[in-house]
Amino acid sequence: MTDLTNLGVAAIRDGVAAGEFTAREVAEGFNANVAAAQSALNAFIVATPDKALAAADAVDAARASGKPLGKMAGVPIGMKDLFATQGVQTTAASHILEGFVPEYESTVSQKLWDAGAGMLGKLNLDQFAMGSSNETSFFGNVISPWKRNDGGNAGLAPGGSSGGSAAAVSARLCPAATGTDTGGSIRQPAAFVGISGIKPTYGRCSRWGIVAFASSLDQAGPMARDVRDCAIMLEAMAGFDPRDATSLDLPVPAWEAGLNPDMRGLRVGIPREYRMDGMDADVAKSWDNGIAWLRDAGAEIVDISLPHTKYALPAYYIVAPAEASSNLARYDGVRYGLRELPDGAGLQDMYAATRAAGFGAEVKRRILIGTYVLSAGFYDAYYTQAQKVRTLIARDFEAAWAHCDVILAPTAPSAAFALGDKSEDPLAMYLNDVFAVPASLAGLPAMSVPAGLNREGLPLGLQIIGKAFDEQGVLNAGLAIEARARFNAKPEKWW
Amino acid sequence: MSVDKATVAKIASLARIRMSDDEVAAMVPELNNILGWVEQLGEVDVSGVEPMTAVIPNHLRLRDDVVTDGRVRDKVLANAPAPEHGFFGVPKVIE
Repeated sequence: MTDLTNLGVAAIRDGVAAGEFTAREVAEGFNANVAAAQSALNAFIVATPDKALAAADAVDAARASGKPLGKMAGVPIGMKDLFATQGVQTTAASHILEGFVPEYESTVSQKLWDAGAGMLGKLNLDQFAMGSSNETSFFGNVISPWKRNDGGNAGLAPGGSSGGSAAAVSARLCPAATGTDTGGSIRQPAAFVGISGIKPTYGRCSRWGIVAFASSLDQAGPMARDVRDCAIMLEAMAGFDPRDATSLDLPVPAWEAGLNPDMRGLRVGIPREYRMDGMDADVAKSWDNGIAWLRDAGAEIVDISLPHTKYALPAYYIVAPAEASSNLARYDGVRYGLRELPDGAGLQDMYAATRAAGFGAEVKRRILIGTYVLSAGFYDAYYTQAQKVRTLIARDFEAAWAHCDVILAPTAPSAAFALGDKSEDPLAMYLNDVFAVPASLAGLPAMSVPAGLNREGLPLGLQIIGKAFDEQGVLNAGLAIEARARFNAKPEKWW
Repeated sequence: MSVDKATVAKIASLARIRMSDDEVAAMVPELNNILGWVEQLGEVDVSGVEPMTAVIPNHLRLRDDVVTDGRVRDKVLANAPAPEHGFFGVPKVIE
């Protein structure tokens, strides 16, 4: 029998539906992979093998009794530990939430269970999703399953903040995982490990029950091995939710059924500002390959300009910390999570001691920046200015859509870097999201698909950015690239 | 604009994060590095530009004015570090 853990979402769903294997066999296979890899990759904070088996058994029983099966029936997945899961510890990879066991289920995770998916466990991430390398987790670094081909043994970053999701899908610990993307946290890790991931239009997926980082940017999305699997899972995750004030009250399109790699009649914009001085040669080459592939798929390639691109990252690093400083005010040691109560401390001392002990260094840094840019006397100079620049960035995209249907760019400025390479220099780390952040600030759907390997044998991703609500256009362009890149590399198993 | 130790200590106090003098001192150059970098936003001409308030055009909804939640006290308290008599327990706040 084939190893079921080599199958993706569509193959598992179809195989279970056809009776080629049972959902339980699939869950058992992935449970075993999760357990075997944990000490080496640290991709999960908590494994929930019993949850995966129970969901699988329910699907097998439903099939046996002839009941209709859901979109994700029999597919076990990893759940980023930013989604509240009822009865299962939810930490955002922070000490301040260690031991927090939600009494409720996030909308997105509930939709996935309703669609027949099962949970293999809660995936590690950067603390409160703040990071680009998964080095800020209280529960330790996630180690990428990939190694450079130079024979060296350097541990590589899986990207972040959805680093556990990326490592787990790439290492075949799960066929798919949830991610969240605030400024590239689905796309950059997907690129680093050679998988696909899509951040939908802001508002497609409910934020209810997702631990908040920067609420005007946070979006959930799927990470999986190919474009079709992303389409299937996004359909299960998306949809209107009255409990999220910014949820889009729109029907969920049939993205899987709409997949079509024929790009004839479509225009692909190539933003000249993304071709930066000193660009990594392999990244530039993969971008050129992507252009050739989409031209081969029938698309017309057009040069476009997004003139405010260079200001996206600094604007993001005002807006996101400002929102984070407000969102994270809730961790006060009173209602849930950690409490530090020094002898004789009053309420204010308890707040300060709890937050000092509970938050990691990067989280504190961002709270302090956010508090500063929102403080009296600086609000207009920093925060209002950044929000005006954000308007200009969104207008850049609006203007570009007069000339093109989707935009093609690299996902990240480099392949995966070694753990420790950038963790001492916050600015160098932030710059890793230079290509991902503009689409986040404009709320646009964007996805990363694998484009090939660089000279070190590490994956590179290509990013497709689409118009608001046009996930289909993004997925289709991704499919056109996927069909031509023929990316089938996977990390050699060492764990 | 740049921050000094006194400013960082003030921000930390506003953010309710206890920091030692050494931690404050170490944070000064880190924050100045980041603030110096974001200051390039000042060169953008934003005259006549409205600050963004909604990233995707969406109108705020009103829902029916009915009770949709409640009677979940024990669930609300389930993760509290120090629940007492059905309330959140906190250190004494009145002398």
